[in-house]
Amino acid sequence: MLVTETPKGLYCPAGNFYIDPWQGVDRALVTHGHADHARWGSKRILTSESGRELVRARVGADPIIDTMAWGETRSIHGVRVSFHPAGHILGSAQIRLEVKGEVTVVSGDYNTRPDPTCEAFEPVRCHGFITESTFGLPIYRWPDSQQVFSEINDWWRSCQEAGKTAVIYAYALGKAQRILGGVNAAIGPILAHGAVYNFLQPYRDQGIALPLVEKATVEHAKATKGRALLVAPPSAQGTPWLKKFQPVSHAFASGWMTVRGGRRRRAMDRGFVLSDHADWPGLLMAIEATGAQEVGVTHGNGAPLARWLKDHGKQARVLQTQFLGEGAEETEPGGDD
Amino acid sequence: MHAFTSLFTQLDRTTKTLEKIRFLVRYFEQSAPEDAAWTVFFLTGKKIPRVVNTRLLREAVAEVADVPLWLVEECYDVVGDLAETVALLHPETTAHSSLPLHRMIQEELKPLRGLEDEEKKARLKVGWSTLSREERFVWNKLITGGFRVGVSRGIVARALAQTAGVEPAVMAHRLMGDWDPSERWWKQLLQGEGEAEPGKPYPFYLASPLEEGPEPLGAISGWQLEWKWDGIRAQVIKRQGTVMIWSRGEDVITDRFPEVVEALQALPDGTVLDGELLGWKQDRPLPFLDLQRRIGRKKVGKTLLADVPVILMAYDVLEAGGGELRSLPLEERRTHLENVVTGVGSPNIIMSEPVQAAGWDEAASLREQSRARGVEGLMLKRLGSPYLDGRKRGDWWKWKVDPFEVDAVLTYAQKGHGRRAGLFTDYTFGCWKDGELVTFAKAYSGLTDAEIQQVDRFVKANTLDRFGPVRQVKPELVFQLACEGIQKSSRHKSGIAVRFPRIARWRKDKKPEDADRLEDLLRWIP
Ligand SMILES: [Zn+2]
Ligand SMILES: [Zn+2]
Repeated sequence: MLVTETPKGLYCPAGNFYIDPWQGVDRALVTHGHADHARWGSKRILTSESGRELVRARVGADPIIDTMAWGETRSIHGVRVSFHPAGHILGSAQIRLEVKGEVTVVSGDYNTRPDPTCEAFEPVRCHGFITESTFGLPIYRWPDSQQVFSEINDWWRSCQEAGKTAVIYAYALGKAQRILGGVNAAIGPILAHGAVYNFLQPYRDQGIALPLVEKATVEHAKATKGRALLVAPPSAQGTPWLKKFQPVSHAFASGWMTVRGGRRRRAMDRGFVLSDHADWPGLLMAIEATGAQEVGVTHGNGAPLARWLKDHGKQARVLQTQFLGEGAEETEPGGDD
Repeated sequence: MHAFTSLFTQLDRTTKTLEKIRFLVRYFEQSAPEDAAWTVFFLTGKKIPRVVNTRLLREAVAEVADVPLWLVEECYDVVGDLAETVALLHPETTAHSSLPLHRMIQEELKPLRGLEDEEKKARLKVGWSTLSREERFVWNKLITGGFRVGVSRGIVARALAQTAGVEPAVMAHRLMGDWDPSERWWKQLLQGEGEAEPGKPYPFYLASPLEEGPEPLGAISGWQLEWKWDGIRAQVIKRQGTVMIWSRGEDVITDRFPEVVEALQALPDGTVLDGELLGWKQDRPLPFLDLQRRIGRKKVGKTLLADVPVILMAYDVLEAGGGELRSLPLEERRTHLENVVTGVGSPNIIMSEPVQAAGWDEAASLREQSRARGVEGLMLKRLGSPYLDGRKRGDWWKWKVDPFEVDAVLTYAQKGHGRRAGLFTDYTFGCWKDGELVTFAKAYSGLTDAEIQQVDRFVKANTLDRFGPVRQVKPELVFQLACEGIQKSSRHKSGIAVRFPRIARWRKDKKPEDADRLEDLLRWIP
């Protein structure tokens, strides 16, 4: 492997740079703009072109941000570096490193299923692969997303019949835009919480088709009562702001909704299984497609996936990282699931 | 199966009682009598005898899903429910079942009993393959038992009362006792025949806790005071020459208390008493833990009978001379009770005598003697009140003594089930003995959702060791536990047993070394 674990994050000694470090460093390669991957405090950052603005929103005005086009290669102290789509959110990348024919790929977060709001996942052959495992158990198998969107549309219509505002909680970056791009905007007006709204322009700038969305203000609450779909981050649940939209039906869109207890714990009326991470078959397929013999597992409870891979003839181990997996959605609205 | 699964999904999706009742009523009106009967059976918490053990379920799903058993275990650890784990692990199907619920049970589930393990597994796999994911979950639930859909007995009774057009209290009574779900039973349930069934108990009336003092209840002269006994609530029935003892959980526990049954034989036919089973020696109650030894045994040996003799402390009469007395005022029922108990004349049936107090002040000081008397506090019963059913507030209050409070250190944690599945919610606590923490209590309730999440994060970040699903954590967090009693116990390593421990609050202001010592706890043992 061309990267090792250090107290500051995943480090490439040959190139003297870090990937998604959790402390400030001189040079950071950043896979995507989620808060646990693009952290504040580094001096120079290299990321994908389409993800630039999202990373900028996390790290502030100070760092210099350089970008690379998909598949473009650049040498950093003799390490050939290239970025490849990870299918997770807009601009999310897997980072490929090559030294003297040895290839390591750091996946960041990835999703192998189609998502019209970001570039499609691209398998990259390598010797060593660092994979996420947010949903690294075989109970996680995503339903077809068209099916899920038609359930969301049906629920929205039934909310209208009951005179309720349909509130769907989703992470402000990535999941929220995916929902906006996937629902049937002909059903009614669509409102977005400010945290979601702020990320819409970077998506539109990259040519992603999104419907007309209004920022959810008190005036809009009155004007669209009982008809609107409101997309808000999970942290908005139970706030005085949300009360302005009553009566409401609460729904949550997340891979965690697979398990009944996950929905009941959050007191949700509905749970929609929609994730921007790979499910179990997706993880296994992606790992297989890399052809890697050595696999490092990050995020959440990686132990079962590592054990499974070992049982199937790979060298695998859990890497100690600070990427959020299990319960990330409860710690901060910007965290990812 | 399809209709029952839809009902389950609907109930599971709402938290509103009225909506749940509406779904239930619509389902009862539309479904066949046998299906409705089986639905009531499961939703009121009854189970069919286990036809498949959980090991077989695990093995069968491991085989169909092509995953090793250890991975099934990892999944179960996250899901917290085996029926759901199996439903999720099973490969996706496009099937769904049109077989009615009662036929599913009669033709597919019950016949599994007595088959060889391999044959059972083969049938499970065929069964699963004919169901959708939701149906598979419900089907597994029929096998494993324990439907938790936030539908209480009370809600089912209200929905049934609405369906039948009778008062909820009437329906609650019809639902009591032992019954087999069948078309005939369902018709009797709706039409009210069959109430003369000899073993049928009445619904218990449950006291509400008195949170503030008793002053708002008005003058003490309007109330009858009794000690609050710390035993097993029981309803005893003598009809047609047969004695039956029902627990509040509606189990028949007649066989466990032969000395009481013998005394009850002297009751006239057509008598029903409400009371408390108590371990009793030298005119005072034995600690509950002693009585617990009797509950676990179906056959009671001579030594145990001598160690823990049991009496019935009778405090109400619901039927006498074959007539129902529930609507009579408390004082009149008390006169009947005195007659019945005196008539039996056995030391194993004692009447719970009213406690005399001139005012609430005197009552309060009597209540302070509760621990010394081996009781839990005082009961306040409104004079003139009928015997109600369920937990209706107003006529019966329990005024318990304040609990013991112990500061303890969190030492182990395990993931919870149901609503809190996947979070560390089941805790083990220790107190200090010679510089080491000894385990003395387990508790899971009493924290807010936000606190549970904080503790959950603490556990994940501070795990010292794992023993299967149990995590040993850094001894750092201190909690104040409340408990009803502390007793010596040779079965516990700490040498003590605590009754009803629960978390009163999180003592963030305390360090682990500030927690209580075992010797402090020992001092409280009477
Ligand atoms: Zn992410
Ligand atoms: Zn991540």
